Amino acid sequence: MAIAETIDAAPAQRSGYWAGVASRLRRDPVTMICLAVLALLILSAIFAPFLGLQDPYKGSMIARLKPIGTPGHPLGTDEQGRDMLARLIYGGRLTLFIGLMPVVLAFFVGSILGIVAGYAGGMVNTVIMRTVDVFFAFPSVLLAIAISGALGAGIVNSLVSLTIVFIPPLTRVAEAVTSGVRSLDYIDAARASGASALTVIRVHVIGNVLSPIFVYATSLTSVCMILAAGLSFLGIGVRPPEPEWGLMLNTLRSAIYVNPWLSALPGLMIFITSLCLNLVSDGVRSAMNVHD
Amino acid sequence: MSMTDTLHDTAAQTAEGLPDKGGPAQPLLIVKDMQKYFPVRGGIFGRTQAMVQAVDGVSFEVKKGETLGIVGESGCGKSTTARLLIGLTEKDSGEIIFDGQGVGDSLNLRDLRRGVQMVFQDSYASLNPRLTIEESIAFGARVQGLSDPIGRAHSLMERVGLAPERFAQRYPHEVSGGQRQRINIARALAMSPRLVVLDEAVSALDKSVEAQVLNLLADLREEFGLTYIFISHDLNVVRYISDRILVMYLGEVVEVGPVVSIWEDQAHPYTRSLFSAMPSMDPENRTKTPPLTGDPPNPINPPSGCRFHTRCRFVDTVCKEKAPALRELPGRGGHCAACHLHDPDSGHDKAGREDIW
Repeated sequence: MAIAETIDAAPAQRSGYWAGVASRLRRDPVTMICLAVLALLILSAIFAPFLGLQDPYKGSMIARLKPIGTPGHPLGTDEQGRDMLARLIYGGRLTLFIGLMPVVLAFFVGSILGIVAGYAGGMVNTVIMRTVDVFFAFPSVLLAIAISGALGAGIVNSLVSLTIVFIPPLTRVAEAVTSGVRSLDYIDAARASGASALTVIRVHVIGNVLSPIFVYATSLTSVCMILAAGLSFLGIGVRPPEPEWGLMLNTLRSAIYVNPWLSALPGLMIFITSLCLNLVSDGVRSAMNVHD
Repeated sequence: MSMTDTLHDTAAQTAEGLPDKGGPAQPLLIVKDMQKYFPVRGGIFGRTQAMVQAVDGVSFEVKKGETLGIVGESGCGKSTTARLLIGLTEKDSGEIIFDGQGVGDSLNLRDLRRGVQMVFQDSYASLNPRLTIEESIAFGARVQGLSDPIGRAHSLMERVGLAPERFAQRYPHEVSGGQRQRINIARALAMSPRLVVLDEAVSALDKSVEAQVLNLLADLREEFGLTYIFISHDLNVVRYISDRILVMYLGEVVEVGPVVSIWEDQAHPYTRSLFSAMPSMDPENRTKTPPLTGDPPNPINPPSGCRFHTRCRFVDTVCKEKAPALRELPGRGGHCAACHLHDPDSGHDKAGREDIW
């Protein structure tokens, strides 16, 4: 009863839905810390040339595999004597781009396909979902390699192939959530008020299906970074000497007995990034959920 | 907002609704031979294996300003009828004539939706959890391009007993079940409809709240000049709110008539069993008629002849062969029943006898 009265006494808020999401996010310390870490990673990657770092491409035959803490090389040097700190920060550029971009693209394409399939049902649904099912027949790594191989090496081609790899699972999730929402009475009520399918989807469907799709998409970003690294390792993605965390992890793997901590550094970066992405996606999901 | 303001707004809203075309004598809604079969798909290629005969040749009329109660067991086609009326499900065949205009020819679906609105049973599932209450109510008016959707929403909230300053910004999960159903009613009324289909609209509410909402519905009918189709399984509720009752069984109309006439003497054996299943308030007045046993037959393959013959006490050979038509009973004020017992020429050996009941 006391709770009810408090709610009643509270002044009517005029803020919109997204303002509410933002204010709930601000009250969540874990999400805020992870967001800060991600912001730091992204900003340092963008502004890498202005940070006074050493040249990430310049090697030295005598200063190879220096351990962490070596003067002049705070994070040591790699197997060709290039400064690790510079390579890790510069590497963030390509890694984050290849890790995030395919998922972002696939999120849009997959959500549209899935929402259309789930809302329209019938023949439209059959055509879209059976086409998507064909892609599920292949393991994602194999599919990425096959498409990349067919398109040829290069960053753009690996972006395209990774996007294609992530469209089917996102479409599947979007379709499942949408057809669940589609059967609820408020969709019928909205249709009964004479709204067009597009208006019903915009006002009543998207807000209710986006958060599970979004959370699933963020969980795919870490997978995407690993896949991109795999493509680079096979020579059909990023090529040496470009700094990229996955590629660095692969080239440093031969040094794991000589200098294990050094070899683990690119992996640690991938780990921190994907952990932060996952925690942020969890935080955003609960902030988007008005029931809490 | 004062009372006069509310009344003023109300008048403005009625003016924006669909105009009365046919005059008072024209029934608001005429349904002729409406039919809807749902395909049952199966097999490797998803071919149609069978048809569920959800609504099969239903015809009825709703006069302006009256309330028609539709009753029947679960699965008898009540809700499908409602969805067909409002165009949420497409009918296979038959005609719907709204105020003299045939839906599909002279009246398109979009205009029909301004004239007909629906309140659903599940008050929670029928509100978008991410929209505030005022947004939910205003949505329809916004879509139809009516003036001042938010102001309209506020005045309707006031009218259904929810103070706008307290409730307008809340989300559906922050209000109670009865309040949610009031919101749904306000949402339906925001379009200034002339016909409101209430599909089990009070069934999920507890008794005291149900009574409040029923009274509210009765008041709103007076105030806005509404016509209701009230679907329910609760006969007492239907009796309270309705002028006429329509009884459905397996997708067909078996009996329709004024509430008093049906209450005094049910003409169809099915209606009689339905009423006898209603517990009496008087312990002395025990149920005499044996209640129905078993479930309704499968609507995929309904019984031949009269669909009720498999469960009827008075079944005769003619019932299995010939489907009875809906016939008006003489001197009963438009009370009709579809039963061979009331047709002296049907060939039923008990036809026309009054002593069998």
